[in-house]
Formats: sequence, structure tokens, C-alpha cells
Amino acid sequence: MILLQAPFLNLQALLDGIMVGAIFALAAYGMALVWGVMNIINVAQGEFVILGGYITFAVFKAGIHPVLGMPVSFFVLFILGYLIYRLIIFRVVDKDMFISILATFGISIMIQQIMNMIFGSQVETALSGFGTVFLFNGNITIALIKLFSFVVCIIGALSIIYFMKVSKMGRAIRATAQNARAARILGVDTEKVYAYTYALNAAICGLAGSLVAMTYTLHPYIGLPYTVRSFMIVIVAGIGNIPGVLASGLGLGAVEEFSSYLIGTEFRIGIVFLLLVVILVYRSKRLAKKREYLK
Amino acid sequence: MKKINKLFLSIISSFLLLIASSVSSFAKVDGDTIVLGAAVSLTGKYATNGEHTQRGYDLAVKVINEKGGITINGKKYKFAVKYYDDESDSNKAATLAQRLIEQDGVQYMLGPYGSGITIAVAPVTEKFQIPMIEANGASRALFTKGYKYLFAVLNSADQYLNSAVDLMAEQAVAEGRKASDVKVAMAFEQDAFSLDVKLGVMDRVQAHNMKVVIDDALPKELNDMTATLQKVKALKPDLLIVSGHSKGAMTGVKQITDLKVDVPLTAMTHCDAAAINKNLGGGGDYVLCAAQWHKSLAYSDDHFGSGKDYAKLFESIYGYDPPYQAAESSAALLVWKDAFERAGTTDKEKVRDAISATDMMTFYGPVKFNPQGQNTSKPMVLFQVQDGKNNVVAPTKWAEAKLIYPTPKWSER
Repeated sequence: MILLQAPFLNLQALLDGIMVGAIFALAAYGMALVWGVMNIINVAQGEFVILGGYITFAVFKAGIHPVLGMPVSFFVLFILGYLIYRLIIFRVVDKDMFISILATFGISIMIQQIMNMIFGSQVETALSGFGTVFLFNGNITIALIKLFSFVVCIIGALSIIYFMKVSKMGRAIRATAQNARAARILGVDTEKVYAYTYALNAAICGLAGSLVAMTYTLHPYIGLPYTVRSFMIVIVAGIGNIPGVLASGLGLGAVEEFSSYLIGTEFRIGIVFLLLVVILVYRSKRLAKKREYLK
Repeated sequence: MKKINKLFLSIISSFLLLIASSVSSFAKVDGDTIVLGAAVSLTGKYATNGEHTQRGYDLAVKVINEKGGITINGKKYKFAVKYYDDESDSNKAATLAQRLIEQDGVQYMLGPYGSGITIAVAPVTEKFQIPMIEANGASRALFTKGYKYLFAVLNSADQYLNSAVDLMAEQAVAEGRKASDVKVAMAFEQDAFSLDVKLGVMDRVQAHNMKVVIDDALPKELNDMTATLQKVKALKPDLLIVSGHSKGAMTGVKQITDLKVDVPLTAMTHCDAAAINKNLGGGGDYVLCAAQWHKSLAYSDDHFGSGKDYAKLFESIYGYDPPYQAAESSAALLVWKDAFERAGTTDKEKVRDAISATDMMTFYGPVKFNPQGQNTSKPMVLFQVQDGKNNVVAPTKWAEAKLIYPTPKWSER
């Protein structure tokens, strides 16, 4: 077993996992937001991420440093999210969850095809030109771009938490999440809150995508794994549990990385699904126990 | 409002009827035009390569027609291709192939883009006994089913990276080591194409008795190879082989650069499709790449001239250097022309027999089919990215540059 032969690889895997997990956590945070506030599972999450990546890639292609693509991706996706809400999502927001899943699934296919038409089906990446650091005599290798995206994710998550706590819109969003009807009675324009929430989610995904473009590679059809990971993280952490989302995001990254060493890279996504099933079964068992207790 | 709607509907439906009727009159040979059929991916996942394929076909049709067309028994014919867009969907491609044959009366087929779709189309052409010359399906599975009407001008996937292993063995011997001392790390995507590539590689690895230290399987949703590359860093193999289409090449080179992974020789597929020589800021340098064709090869024919002439012509029309997907597609048309002329008739059975007896030289390379329909006379080429340029280094007979080995360490680059 290579992890036993080279003990440094354990630390390496942990670091790589946490750094990739931060990006998952960011996208998952957006999903938790929309889910919690609007009761919509946004299946187009991964496509928002990849679209954000492509926008950063376009900025990079225009000869500008891709780091500057981050705010561009953020704002373009914010506007796009707002438009999608005004065009489609507002029609399904109080409907059955199945309808909203169907609607966002449709949006995800649309975005995939549009990306394919605009950017082509080639694999792309944006080069940050950041270097590499070696720790412990070169036993640990960290690409600075990964460290950078980790820091951006943490700062991003913290500033969103701050925004939610302090700003008027943030408080309105939290109020709507708690009880939309009561919020409406108290004068909160919930339509506006919904629109902003959806737009903010898209913007967060755009930021995450920007980091994906710089750290990994993009093509129009790689969105789904990001949706699945977000879903999984939110399920584990629970809606509205922001530190939980961050922690399980980082944890999921580490689990994926270790499983790549132990079981094989091809099962990375498979492990995510397996974990999802295990956790759901465990949860329902635990809930069943609680119910018995209540009897 | 309703009236207008009805009017609109009737106009559209009559228009559709008109199209349908004009389509069905499109027979196999229309006056002096021989109509070939093709379902190519113009939208969807394979749109980029589908477009290369279509342009390759179109360019060859144009050149053949301009140079006097096809002479069958003293009568001149021209080529035309009837296209459908299969949307990168193999089920759709099979349906469209059937439609081309049954409704449009096409008797001669050109291949779609990609192994997966060709595998779906081949049973259809076989069932209707319509000869198909394909140029973009490399999977071995195409040649093990005993198809009689399928011919491929390209090398099959299990030939892609064999010579890279042999090249590594040569280098090891030149260094005074034994070929069996060579440590190999491999990462292959789990799809039909890459697994075929692996079969060929394993064959050579075993022949040289090399040691496989890493054998990773890559997922289809591939955009991160960190774990594999960290293992490579730890185990220091002499040869790293990656096959995962463009995403494998792009992700691999990007992360090799980011993690500063030093391997004496790295070999990949699809480097030219991913343009790793240009897109990755020099990170792709020294990578060895498998290709079906390269413009600097010394093959030539009297339609396109040499590979360089072909590239020049292609670029003057489409504005970019032709990838091998376009070149092999053009070659398929040359084979059709040759077969029609040798058959001396447009009868599809006789033309099929003429195709199977093909033995010709094209700008793309020699074409000669074995009983399974594989082109066995053309070798794969290996080029190495050298200072941002793709230079052919093997087979040595046509090589324009020398292999740079070992790859300089990142600390020295």
C-alpha cells in the first residue's frame, strides 16, 4: 500500500483534499442557500460553476490575468441568476419540489448546450502562472493556485456569512428562510428576496467556477459531478448549517482524495454516491430510533 | 388568431412535404453525381471533432471534383455528400444511417466521428450491406465482429502508444540499462478507446518485461489527476503514459506543470486535439504524443500533393492547421474514388470488393485493408512537443527531429 510506504503522501492527500474540498464547499453553500430559502434543489448548480469557469477562461483568453476573471464571473453569474429567476424560477418556486427539479434540470441542459456552442467542446484551462511550493524537503508539493483558491473560498464563505448576518437583504433572506409567510406579513418583499437569493447562488457558483478554471480543467459536460457533490454536502451538513457545509465540504474533498489512493481514481464520484447512501440510511435509522423513544 | 395559426401550420407542413419529396429523389447516383451519406456530430459533445471530420470530407470532395472527378468506364462523375447531424448521440447516428440508406437511397457511406458512434453505425450499414469507409473510429471492437462492409483508413486504438514503449526501451538500452529495468506508470480512462490503447501498451510492456509501478484508472468525469501524479512523484517511474482523450492530455499536462512532476519520458494521446503545445504556457514541452498523421510526413498523392500542401490548402480555406481528424477524413474520399474507378461500375457489391482490394498511397499514408477492414500498412506517428512545436520523432524513417530524452527537470527549465 503506497500510503504506508510513503507516509508523507498521507499529509499530501489530506492537503490536496482540503484544498479541492473548499471549492466544493463554496458551491454547496450556494445550494444550501437556495434550498433553505426557496425549497428548490438547484440541479443546474454544476453548470453555473462551469459557466463561471468559462467566463474566467474568456477573460484569460482576452489577455487579462485570470484572477481578475473572478469578479467578472461573480457579477455575470449574478445577473444571469437574476434573469433566470425572473424568467423561469419564479414560476416554480411555490410548486412541488419535483417541478422545480425538472425546471432546473432543463436549465442545466440549456446551459451545457449553450456553453458547447459558444466555447466549443474542447477542454480548456486558464493559466494563473502561480508557482509551486515544496515543503519538508520536497516531500510535500503544493501548487500555489490551489492554496490561493482555498483562501478565496474561505474568505468568500466568511464574507457571505457576514453579509447574511449584517446586511438588510441578508436578514430578509434569513427571515424568508425561517417563515416566508410571516416575513411577507412583516413587509419583506419575498419575491425580491427569492430573486436575490437565486442570483447570489449563481454568483457564488461563478466564483467557484473561476477557481475550477484556474486549478483544474473545464469542458461543457463536467458540471454534473459538482452538482452531485453540492447535493451530498448539503445532505450531510443539513440546510442552514453554514459551518457544517464548510466542514463537510473539506471532509468530502479529503475522502475523495484518500479514496483515489486506496481504491482508485475511477471511483472518486462513485465514493461520493456511496457515502450519500450510507449517510442517508444511517440518518433514517437514527431518526427511527428517536421516534421510538418518543413513543 | 386561430386562422393565422392554421395558415401558418399549413404553410410549414407543405414546406416540409416539399423538402421530404425532394429528399427522397436523392438517389445513390443522381445523373453524374455519386452521393455518399454521412451522419456527423455537428452539435453536442463531439462537435469540434465532428466539424474537423466534415471539413475533411468537404475539402476532399472539392479537390476531387475540381481535378476532373471520378471516371467510371469512361464516364465522368462527381462526388456529393449528404450530411445529417447526429448530435453526438450514437442512437441518433444509427437511426440517421438507416434513414440515409432507406429513405435517401444512399448506397455508399462515410463514417461518423468517434469510436462509440462508429460502433453504433456499423451494424446498420452491415445489415443493409452498404459499404462504409470510416476515418474516425479507432476502437478494436470494430474489427472483431467480422464486418464485411466496414473499412477504416486509420490505425486502431491498440496501436497508438506501442511505439512509445519501444522508444523508451531503446533509450534505456542506450543509457546502458536493461529494458526490463524500466518502471512504467500508466493512467487510462475507462472507455473503449483508452482501454484499447492500454491493450497495445501492455503488450509491449510485457514483451520488454518492464515493471508497471502505477496502473490507475481515470474516471469519465476527469478534471483532476492530483492523486495519480502525487504517486508518480513518490515512485519516480521512467515512463508515464496517459490516455484520456483531450481532457486527459490537458489535465495531465496542466497538473504535471503545477506539481512539477519530473518523469524522463511522458507519452499521451490527443495532445494535438488539446493543443498542449500552445495552451499550457510551455508546460506541454517534451511530451511525446501519438498521432494518426502529421503534415511533415513524406507521403504524397496527385490530388493533394504532400502533407504540407494539404495543410496549406486546408488552412487557406478554414483558417487553421488541419488536425489529423480532418486529414484521415479526406483520405477516405480518396479511397472511394480509387475504388469506384477500379470497380468500373457503381454497383455497390463490386465497389465493396474493389475497396477491399485497395492498395494505394495517399498524402495521409498508405492504405491497404486486411480481411477485417483495418488499414494495416500505415504506422502511427509519434511527435514530441519541442519548444511549442509538434515535431515528428518516430518512426525514425520520417522523423524530422530527434527525440529529446530525458525530459529536463523542472528545476532546470
